[in-house]
Amino acid sequence: MPAPTSVTINVDGRDLQVPAGMNLIDALEHHGIEIPHYCYHPKLTVAGNCRMCLVETGMPMKDRATNQFIIEPDGRMKIGWGPKPAVACTTNCTTGLHVRTGSPLVKDCQQGVMEFLLVNHPLDCPICDQAGECKLQEFATDYGRGYSRFVEEKNVKPKRTRLGPRVTLDDERCILCSRCVRFCSEVAKDDVLGFIDRGSYSTLTCYPGRELDNNYSLNTVDICPVGALTSTDFRFKMRVWFLKSIPSICTESSVGANTEVWSREGKIYRITPRENNAVNDCWMADSGRELYKSVESPSRIDFFAVDNGKCIADKALNRATELLQAGGVGYIGSAQSSVEEQFLLWQLVKAEPGPVSLISHTRKGDGLLISNDATPNLRGAFLTSLLRELPKADINDLREKVNTGVIKTLFVVHEDLSALGFSEDLLRRVQIIYLGTHANATSNHAQVVLPGLTVFEKTGSFVNQQWRAQRFFQAVPGPAGTAPDIQLLSQLVARVKKVTASTAVSPASLWTELAATVPALAGWTWESLGSSGRVLDASAWAHISFSEGKSLHFDPAAITSVATG
Amino acid sequence: MAIVERRIIYRNIDQPWYTTDIACYQRYGGYEVLRKSFQRKPEELVQEVKDSGLKGRGGAGFPTGMKWSFLDYKSGKPIYLICNADESEPGTYKDRQIIYKDPHQLIEGVVLSAYAIKAKLAFIYIRGEMFGGARILEQAIEEARAQHFVGDNILGSGYSVDIIVHRGAGCYICGEETGLIESLEGKRAYPRIKPPYFPAVLGLYNCPTIVNNVETLCQVKHILDMGGKEFAKIGVPGDSGTHIWGISGHVVRPGYYEIESGKGTVRDLIYEFGGGPPPGRSFKAIIPGGVSMKILRVGEKFKVKLPDGSPGEWGVLDIPLDSGSFAQCGTSLGTSGMIMMDDTTDMVEALANLNAFYAHESCGQCTPCREGSLWLKKITTRVCNGGGRMEDIDLVKNIADQIAGRTICAHGEAAAWPCQSNVPKFRDEWEEKIRAQMQAREHADGQPAARKGIRLV
Repeated sequence: MPAPTSVTINVDGRDLQVPAGMNLIDALEHHGIEIPHYCYHPKLTVAGNCRMCLVETGMPMKDRATNQFIIEPDGRMKIGWGPKPAVACTTNCTTGLHVRTGSPLVKDCQQGVMEFLLVNHPLDCPICDQAGECKLQEFATDYGRGYSRFVEEKNVKPKRTRLGPRVTLDDERCILCSRCVRFCSEVAKDDVLGFIDRGSYSTLTCYPGRELDNNYSLNTVDICPVGALTSTDFRFKMRVWFLKSIPSICTESSVGANTEVWSREGKIYRITPRENNAVNDCWMADSGRELYKSVESPSRIDFFAVDNGKCIADKALNRATELLQAGGVGYIGSAQSSVEEQFLLWQLVKAEPGPVSLISHTRKGDGLLISNDATPNLRGAFLTSLLRELPKADINDLREKVNTGVIKTLFVVHEDLSALGFSEDLLRRVQIIYLGTHANATSNHAQVVLPGLTVFEKTGSFVNQQWRAQRFFQAVPGPAGTAPDIQLLSQLVARVKKVTASTAVSPASLWTELAATVPALAGWTWESLGSSGRVLDASAWAHISFSEGKSLHFDPAAITSVATG
Repeated sequence: MAIVERRIIYRNIDQPWYTTDIACYQRYGGYEVLRKSFQRKPEELVQEVKDSGLKGRGGAGFPTGMKWSFLDYKSGKPIYLICNADESEPGTYKDRQIIYKDPHQLIEGVVLSAYAIKAKLAFIYIRGEMFGGARILEQAIEEARAQHFVGDNILGSGYSVDIIVHRGAGCYICGEETGLIESLEGKRAYPRIKPPYFPAVLGLYNCPTIVNNVETLCQVKHILDMGGKEFAKIGVPGDSGTHIWGISGHVVRPGYYEIESGKGTVRDLIYEFGGGPPPGRSFKAIIPGGVSMKILRVGEKFKVKLPDGSPGEWGVLDIPLDSGSFAQCGTSLGTSGMIMMDDTTDMVEALANLNAFYAHESCGQCTPCREGSLWLKKITTRVCNGGGRMEDIDLVKNIADQIAGRTICAHGEAAAWPCQSNVPKFRDEWEEKIRAQMQAREHADGQPAARKGIRLV
C-alpha cells in the first residue's frame, strides 16, 4: 500500500498535518485532540446518529469570478464556515479543512446532546457494570452542563432482556448508537440485531426467532459505550475499578488474539480483547473469554507427586531426573507451551536424547478469529527445533515403541495419552513424567507429576499463525503448590546435566539464549517483542503446509509468497 | 384585489364529468404531451424544466431542474426515479387529490420525467394509509401499459420504463427522501447521512436517484406542454407555476384552491376562498404550509423588500402567496397546506398537539430529535394539564434550539420550528396560562407553587 499523502488542516487556529482522506475523529486523535463520540467506531461503518461529535467546519472561500482564494485584510484566507455544525465522523480530511472543536456553538451542541442522552437514562450508575468505564459518565463530566433541567417522568424499558446465552440487555441504558447492530452485521456476519419501535421508545432486539448466539456476541458488550449490553457472566460480579488488567494472548487457536485479563486479588473476572490491528483488531471470540474458568477447575493439579503420593518439589524433580537418566526416554511436547518452555524442553531432549512428538489439534476454524489449529504455539515448536515436520493427530509409532519396550519412560507435557490410543495396560507398562495443569488419565498413571501453570499465571510468548511472536504476562499467581513451568524445566535440565540450576531463569534470560541459537531470532530480545508482537522471518519453514486457512488479517498464500519471495 | 383560481394541475379534478380511467384522461388531452415530448431528446426536456424555474412542491422548495442536474451519469449505474407520494404532513392533502382523482396525470408526469433523466425504473412510493389510491394507481398503470405509455418500448421510442407502486407502512419519516429510499430497499426508514448519501449520487441501491413530489412531477408535464420559458411566466420571478393551497382549521370553507404563485395575498386566500373565520371569531394565527413551518401571529408586522426593491411593511394577511414572500417573513410556504387558528385557540395546546405528533413520528435514529421531541411533548403536555412552571417557557424554546440544525434529517427542524416560533410569538399567552395554574395550585393547598414542585400531571 502506498504511503498516504498528508494534508494540512486547521484545527482551532492550529495547522496540523494529517493523512489525506482520514476520518476527522481519528486524525485528531493522533494529535491528542479528543472529539467526543458514541456511535463512531473505527472498525465499523459510520452511522452518524449520536451527534456527539458535532464540530464547526469550513473551507477557504474562492472568488467566483477569479477562482482565487479570498484573502482577508490580515493576510489570512477567508473561511466559509458551514451554516450548521457537522458531524466529525463523516468528515474526511482534505486540504484546507478548517475545524472548530471548542467554539461556543460546538460546546452548546455537546451540552445539548449530553443532556438529551441523559433525559431518559436511568442514571443507575451505582448498580451498573459499565460504571467506571462508561462513556456517558466520562463525557457527561467532560462536556456536559453538570445539571439537569429534566423534571418529567423517564421512559421505562425492560431492564434484563436476554438477547442470547451470553448477553443481557438493559434497555433503559441504551443510547441507540447501533454499534452492536453494525458489529453483528459487518464483522460477525450474523445480522441478528436491530431496532423496533420508534423515537425514544426504540428498542434493541433480535430478529424474530433468533438469538444473539454467535461466537462473537460478547464483542457487542465491549463496544457498547454504555451499560446497555452486559456480559451475563460478568454482570454484577465486580466493580471494574477494582480490577487490574494484564496483557495476554488467547490460547484458543493459532490466531493468537491479543487479550486483557482482568483480575482482583488473584481471581480472574473477565477477559476482553486488546486492540492489535495486525491480528485481531478489537475483537475476540466468546469461547476464548471463558478459558479463565479452567484456573479454578476442581481437576487442577496443585501438588508435586511421586508414585501417586504428594511430595515436595525436590523429591519429584529428583525422581524425574532418575527416570530420564535411565534412558529409553520419549518426549511428548505441547503446542500449548510457550516458546520458552519449548526451548527448555529442547535443552532437556538434547541432554537426554529421545524421540520427540507433538500432537496435532486441528478442527474447522471460522475464518475470523478461530483458525483451524486449536493450539497457540505450534510454530514455536518449529522455532525451538522441537519439531521439523508437522505433527500428526496420532502417535502410533511412539505407541509401538512403548509396546516393544524400546521406550521405557515418557515425558508428557499437557497431553492425555489415553485420548491417543494408549490403553490402561499400556499406560501401566510405561513410566510417565507428567508436566501439566489439569489431571487426566495420564497424570493419574504418572510416576512423577509436576504441577505447571496456566497461561494466566505465567509470563512468556507464543508464535501465532503469522509467525508473529507475541508476549503474555502473568495476571494472577498460580495456586499454592504449583511452580512456573520454566523453573521446573530448567531445574530438570540442570539436574540431568549435573550442573547448578540458574535461580534467575526468566523469559528475558531465555530470549537471550534464543537469540543466540535461533537464526531467525538473531538480535532479538524479550523487550523487542513489544506490546503488539514482532513478525519473524519464516523462510526456513516455508515448505511446511500448515493447516490454517484464511482469517482476519491472515492469508496463508500471502505468508508463503513473502517467505519464498 | 380580486383573486381567481388558475387550475393547471387540478384542471379536471372534481369536475362532474371527469373519471379516473384512461379514456376520460385522453378525451381531455391526456398523454398528448408524452407523444409530443418523446419526439425530443431527454436533454432538451431537462433544459425545459431548468428554464421553467420550477421549485419542488414537497415542502423544501428546491429547484427541480437543478436537482436533476446533480445526477451522477458518469458512474454508469442505473438511474432511478421515485415519486414521493407519502403525503403525510398534517394539513396537507394536495397530492391525494391527484392520486385519487387524476392518476393518469401523475403517471404521464412520471414517465416524462423518467424519460428526461433516463431512468431505468420508476417507483411511486405511496403512503400506506392510501390503499385506495394505490389500487387506483395500479389500475391506471395497467391501462397505460396496455396503450404503450408505460413499459417496454414506450410508443415505439425504444425507451422503456416501468412504474412500481410501493405502499409505505404508515410512517411520517418515510416521506423524507432518504428515509423513503431505505424503506423502499426494505429497511427501517432511517434517513441517511448527507454527505455522502445524496440521492442524486448514492440513492436507491446506492445508484443515482431522483425523488420528486407528486405535484412536482405533474408540473413537469405542464412545463413540457407549454415550454419551460412559457411556464416561467406563470406566477412571479423566483417562484413559477401555481400553488395548490389547502386551507384547513378555523375557516368557513376549508378546501383546496390552485392559485398562480404570488397572485394574491394571504388575506385574499383565506377570506375570498376560505370564507374567513367562523361567525363571531377572528383569526389569531396561521401556519402557512404543513405544520412544521413557523407559525405567524396575526398582527405581526414584517419589514420586507417589495418586488420593486423598495422597503415596505407587511402584516400577516398582506403576504403575497409565493415562496419568496413567505421567506421574507421568516417562514416558508412549505407544502402550502395552510392551517388557520382563530381566537378560541389555546396556543399552548396547539403546540402540545404538534409536539405529540413529532415525538410519535421521530424515527429514533439520532439523539437530538429522538430525545428532544419526546421531552418537548412531555413538557407541553404537563403545562396543558395544569403543571406549568414559568421556566418551562424558555426551556421549550431552548430545547428546540438544541435540536434544529443538529440532526441527520429535517425532522429535527420540523419538530423544532413550531416551538421556536410559537413560544416567542405567544409568550404572553404562555405566561398567562402558567400564572393562572400557579395561582390555582397555591389556592389548592395554601402552599407556594414553587415549593410544590411539578407533581400535578
